[in-house]
Amino acid sequence: MEQSWRQAKGLFAALMSAPLIWLVFFFFVPLGIVWLYSFGENRGLIDIAFTGTWSNYAKALEPLYLGIFVKSLWVAALTTFLCVVIGFPVALAITFSPDKWKPWLLLLVMLPFWTNLLIRTYALIAVLRSEGYVNQTYRFLWENASGLMTLIGLQPLGTFQPLELLYNNFAVVLGLVYVHLPFMILPLYSTLDRLDRSLLEASLDLGAGHIRTMFSIVIPLAGAGIASGVLITFIPALGAYLTPDLLGGTDSQMIANVIESQFKRANNWPFGAALCFILVYLTFIGIAIQGLLDSSAKKRGMA
Amino acid sequence: MSDSASVRATPVEKERPVKERPGPLDYMRRWPIQAWLIAVTVFLYAPLISLMVFSFNDSKRNVVWQGFTLNYYAKALTNSSLIEAFTNSIVIALFSTVISVIVGAMAAIALWRFRFAGRTAFDAGMAIPIVVPEICMGVGMLVFFAKIFPWPQGLPWPLNLGAIIIAHVSFSFPFVAVVVRARLASFNRELEEAAKDLGASEWRTLMDVLVPHIQPSLIAGALLAFTLSLDDFVITFFTSGPDTVTFPVKIYSMVRFSVTPEVNAASTILIVVTVLLTFLALKFQGTSALTAGHGPEKK
Repeated sequence: MEQSWRQAKGLFAALMSAPLIWLVFFFFVPLGIVWLYSFGENRGLIDIAFTGTWSNYAKALEPLYLGIFVKSLWVAALTTFLCVVIGFPVALAITFSPDKWKPWLLLLVMLPFWTNLLIRTYALIAVLRSEGYVNQTYRFLWENASGLMTLIGLQPLGTFQPLELLYNNFAVVLGLVYVHLPFMILPLYSTLDRLDRSLLEASLDLGAGHIRTMFSIVIPLAGAGIASGVLITFIPALGAYLTPDLLGGTDSQMIANVIESQFKRANNWPFGAALCFILVYLTFIGIAIQGLLDSSAKKRGMA
Repeated sequence: MSDSASVRATPVEKERPVKERPGPLDYMRRWPIQAWLIAVTVFLYAPLISLMVFSFNDSKRNVVWQGFTLNYYAKALTNSSLIEAFTNSIVIALFSTVISVIVGAMAAIALWRFRFAGRTAFDAGMAIPIVVPEICMGVGMLVFFAKIFPWPQGLPWPLNLGAIIIAHVSFSFPFVAVVVRARLASFNRELEEAAKDLGASEWRTLMDVLVPHIQPSLIAGALLAFTLSLDDFVITFFTSGPDTVTFPVKIYSMVRFSVTPEVNAASTILIVVTVLLTFLALKFQGTSALTAGHGPEKK
């Protein structure tokens, strides 16, 4: 049983001191100041007065910034959706693979995840840019096709136009999916692995096809795992900074990029702080929704 | 675990005589799933492998294969600012790992062992650094070190890295605590009572009974903290100054400038380091290290 802290005061104090101090002083204090700044106003170049104004939040609701919020939510939702669609069959394959393969398949998924985010993004740039590998291949095919057309007496295809794969919203979504796919596969795998296989077998025995079994047995049972995968993917995707910064164009800014520019270039800390806390609140709302879904799923499980 | 393993084994065994037909749940032996798995693997690995391959390419434009060279490695290894950034990153990761493991393990043990007022709040508070968007934490650190706790300028190396180390510990130690708590769940409290009955003090019980039990999770947590620190860009970007550049921040400024084989070479070195660390984690922890802090343990 757990001890009451009174039974070993010395040990308790020794164990609690460092984590508590660190958490409060080096995490909650910094965030708290940002929170206070979000109600402040710029006075001069470096002074910020805490006036308790809501004007920063009001400014965040202007169409320009509201648009960026909506866009970020939309990009994060699309990324999450694609991750579910791409990741689910992978998780399924790992779950039902022979036991000795499982660790290796998991390693296959996790290895890119352990690789530096910046390096992965950079690798994508090299693939997508107009002299990148995709466009090189496309050009090769195009020129050969063009040559073939002249050979059989048709009009050649005209000059080669590289595909515009980089610096647009497509690149941002692709980059986010690339980066977050392992986040999705792991929780999906851990739920699917706990599923009662006899239910699936029963469904198949009773004549349902594989697709029908997926949609009416596996997905409802794995609901909680899917929800946690969605959350683990959606939150970092919503606050992504690096991917839209490096892969996006001028119109693919997300909230994090606006926050960064408010703090670094525009030097409007109070407004940046307000945007920051709206992002935090959105994150908490996401977690709360997931918590509700989770507890209602548990209740259904009990009944 | 063991009974799900036996359930899993049955369909395979039943199917063994009829080799051609896969069992009903043998999804791995169905071609659409296999094709999907291969496609996803290519998607995940092709960019990284091409990056590594082209670091050996003897061409400045880095587009068409021109021949094998190690020039760009020589260039990257003689680029003093790159080396400095790399050393900074390693030193930061080492300090941050040691502090994170100690602080994280203390938090985990305190939460596991004691009942106290505000325990739920402390538990929830420890989860917040894990879920708060990186950008917000980065901004918080920027403001904190600019206004409240200015880190002294011009300190000798490596003390000038202090601000970054503090920031890294703040986001790493809650992850360590999660990993250690998962391991503590399997500890038999009677062992502790036995040690105390036999006359060991609280402190000796902790060090001689509990710590050896959680040692694998300490190693797993350390590797996790090390990777998190080495990997971090956003929070470091807001905390680092001109003379405290880390490897990701350096690569970022190079990437913004252009795509060069030198960046490929430097990245390849880091990828190799990461892969080695991952295998080290596997050796110490078995396969559960793969999912440490991200998988089933995370609640």
